[in-house]
Amino acid sequence: MTDGIDKETLFRLFETMLRIRLFEDRVVRLYPGQEMKCPVHLCIGQEAIAAGVCLHLKKEDYIFSTHRSHGHCIAKGMGLRPLAAELYGRSTGCSRGRGGSMHLTDPENGIPGTTAIVGGCIPIAVGAALSAQMKRNGRIAVAFFGDGAVEEGTFHEGLNYASLRRLPVIFVCENNFYATNSPQKARQPEVNIADRAAGYGMPGVAGDGNDVMFVHDSCREAVERARSGGGPTLLEFRTYRWKAHVGPDSDIAAGCRPAAEYEEWVRRCPLELCGQRLIKEKALTEDDIDRLTGSIEAEIDDAVEFAMNSPFPQQSEILDHVY
Amino acid sequence: MPWTRIQADDSRRPGIFRSSHAVREISYRDAIREALSQALSMDPDVFLIGEGIDDPGGVFGTTKGLREVFGSERVMDSPIAENGMTGVAIGAAVAGMRPVLIHMRVDFLPMSMDQLINHAAKWSYMTGGRVKAPLTIRAIIGRGWGSAAQHSQSLQALFAHIPGLRVLMPASPYDAKGLLLGSIASDSPTVVIEHRWLYDQKEGVPEEAYIIPAGRGTIRREGTDISIVASSYMVYEALRAADELGKKGISAEVVDLRSVFPLDEELIIASVRKTGRLIVADTGWRSCGVSAEVAAVAAEKAHAGLKAPVRRICLPPAPTPASPALEQAYYPTFQQIAAAAGEIL
Ligand SMILES: Cc1ncc(C[n+]2csc(CCOP(=O)(O)OP(=O)(O)O)c2C)c(N)n1
Ligand SMILES: [Mg+2]
Repeated sequence: MTDGIDKETLFRLFETMLRIRLFEDRVVRLYPGQEMKCPVHLCIGQEAIAAGVCLHLKKEDYIFSTHRSHGHCIAKGMGLRPLAAELYGRSTGCSRGRGGSMHLTDPENGIPGTTAIVGGCIPIAVGAALSAQMKRNGRIAVAFFGDGAVEEGTFHEGLNYASLRRLPVIFVCENNFYATNSPQKARQPEVNIADRAAGYGMPGVAGDGNDVMFVHDSCREAVERARSGGGPTLLEFRTYRWKAHVGPDSDIAAGCRPAAEYEEWVRRCPLELCGQRLIKEKALTEDDIDRLTGSIEAEIDDAVEFAMNSPFPQQSEILDHVY
Repeated sequence: MPWTRIQADDSRRPGIFRSSHAVREISYRDAIREALSQALSMDPDVFLIGEGIDDPGGVFGTTKGLREVFGSERVMDSPIAENGMTGVAIGAAVAGMRPVLIHMRVDFLPMSMDQLINHAAKWSYMTGGRVKAPLTIRAIIGRGWGSAAQHSQSLQALFAHIPGLRVLMPASPYDAKGLLLGSIASDSPTVVIEHRWLYDQKEGVPEEAYIIPAGRGTIRREGTDISIVASSYMVYEALRAADELGKKGISAEVVDLRSVFPLDEELIIASVRKTGRLIVADTGWRSCGVSAEVAAVAAEKAHAGLKAPVRRICLPPAPTPASPALEQAYYPTFQQIAAAAGEIL
C-alpha cells in the first residue's frame, strides 16, 4: 500500500474513526431526549485527526484537549461507558459527573483532563512534556486545539517555551476555519498557522486533515522527533465541522456558514475517503464495514445502557473533590 | 461630549419595575441592545468589539443587527485573545475612544486580568488623573444545562476588589439600559455583569437615553421585618422569598444593589436600621465575596440597629458541577432565603 501505511494500520485508523463517528451520531440522536444535560461540541467530520495522531501514541503518553474532545478521548482509548456516563451526568462517568462533555478525563489512558477555555490546554501540554523530560520516562505530550486557540497568548507562550527547552510535545491544530461562527479570516491575517512554527524555531507542517493517511504520516515524524529529543512540532490539519459549534443540529440553514462550503467538505468525508481506499485495495469489503458498524453499535448500546442505569452523584457530595 | 446632555436618574427609584402604562415594555435583552444602539448613534467615539458579536446570534440578541446599522468598523468581531484585546480596548480608550468590549461569559475574563487589573484599573491613578480609560466591559453569567466549572462562574467579587474598576449588575431591563449607558458615559473602566437568565425579563423602559450612575442601589419592595439585599438574578429569588414570607405575615424589604462597586452603603444602612435583620443573597461564592462586603457594611455602620446575626445565601464553596443532580443542589433558591429568614426572626 502507498504512503508507507500497511493495511492493518489503515484498518485500525478506519475503525477508530468509525467508533468516533458512530458515538457522535448516537449523541445526535439521543440529545433531543434532553437527558444528556450538558453542552456537546461534536467533532463529526474531523475524526481523521484524532485517529491519525493517537494511533502513534502509547497508553502512557499524554493528550490534552478542548471543549471538542470526544474524538480525541475515544482515539486515546477512553471507554465508551465512562464517556457516555459523563455526558449523562452520572457518578460512573469519567469525571464522576462533575465535568460533563467539556471536561473529560482518563488518567490511566494518558488523559489528565480537557479544558474548555480556548488555548488553555496548550501550556499545560508543554508542562506535561517538561515532566516527561525531567523524569526521563520517554513519554510525549500532544495538545489538540482549534484554529481559534492560535490567537491566544497561551499559544505563543507555550510554543516559545517548548522550543526553548526542546520539549517532547506536539501541537496539533485542528483548523476547521471557524471559531464559533467567526471565520478564520475575520480573526487572523492570512498566514498559514503552520508557518508560525518557524518563528519559534520548530518544524511546522500543514495539510489535509480529512486524509487520515496524511495525518498519520505527518504525525509519525513529529512523534519520532519528540521521542528522540528533537523537540516540538506544530501540525496544522485542515478540516471541517459538520454540526453547529455546539449541539447536535446543523447551523447551515441558520446562515452561520455557506451551504456550498459545507457540501464540499461533506463530499470529502474522512471515513468515506479511507473506507473507499480500503475497499479499492481489497483490504475491506462493504460487508466487513457493516459487521464492524454492527459491533461498534452494540458497544455503544451497552455504553448508553450502562450510563442510563448508573446513579447520579449524591447531593451530599457537592463539596467532594474540590481539594 | 454628547453625554452631558443625557438625563441622569440618580433617584434610587426602582425604575418602572412593575410597569407604568405610559412606557412601552421591552426585554432586558432589547434594553441592552437599545442602549448600545443609542450610544453608537450619539457618540462617534463609541465602538463595540468582542468575539462573535456580529454573528447571527448576536450575543444572545443584544448586538443583533447593530453591525448592519453601524458598520463593521464600529461593531467588530475579535480574535480569541482576551488579554491582548483588553489591552487594545484600553489603548483605544486612553487615545480618545469609548470602547465596549463584550464577552459571552464572565469566565473568559480571567484571561484578561493582567490588562484589567494592572492596566485599566490603574491608568487614571498612575497618570495622576490626567489620562482616563473610559472602557466598558460587558460580561455574562451563564448557568444551567451542565455549563460546568468553566462556563458558569459569578466573578463579580474579583473585580470589585480592585480600586479603579466599577462593577455593575443590573437585574431589570430599566437598570440594564441605564447602567450600561452610564458606564459608557463614564470615564472610568466599568465591568457590567449581566445574567443570562434575565434576558427575557420585561418591564417598561423609556425610549430616550438615560443614565443610572454607579453606586445607587434601589428598593425593589418595601418591608419592615427583615432586609434581603441581593443583586442580579438573586433579586428575583429574593422577591419570591419575600412573597413566601409575606404569606406568613413577615414583611421583607428587598434591596437591589445594582452596583457592586461602589456599594450604595447609605441604602443598605437605612434598610438595616429600619428592619434590624439582614440576609444577603449573591450569585457568587461566600468567601471574600459581595455578601461579605455587604455584611461588613452592616456590622461597621449599622451595628446598633441589628437585632440578629446576618445570614448569607451564596454558592457552596465548590466549582460548578456538570451533573444535573448536583446542579440542583448547587444553586440556592428563594426557599433557602426564606428558611434563613426563619432562623433569625
Ligand atoms: C478563553 C475563551 N474565550 C472564549 C471562549 C468561547 N469559545 C468557546 S469555543 C470557541 C471557539 C473556539 O474555536 P476553535 O479554537 O477554532 O475550536 P473549534 O470550536 O472550532 O473546534 C470560543 C470562542 C472560551 N471557551 N474560552
Ligand atoms: Mg475552529
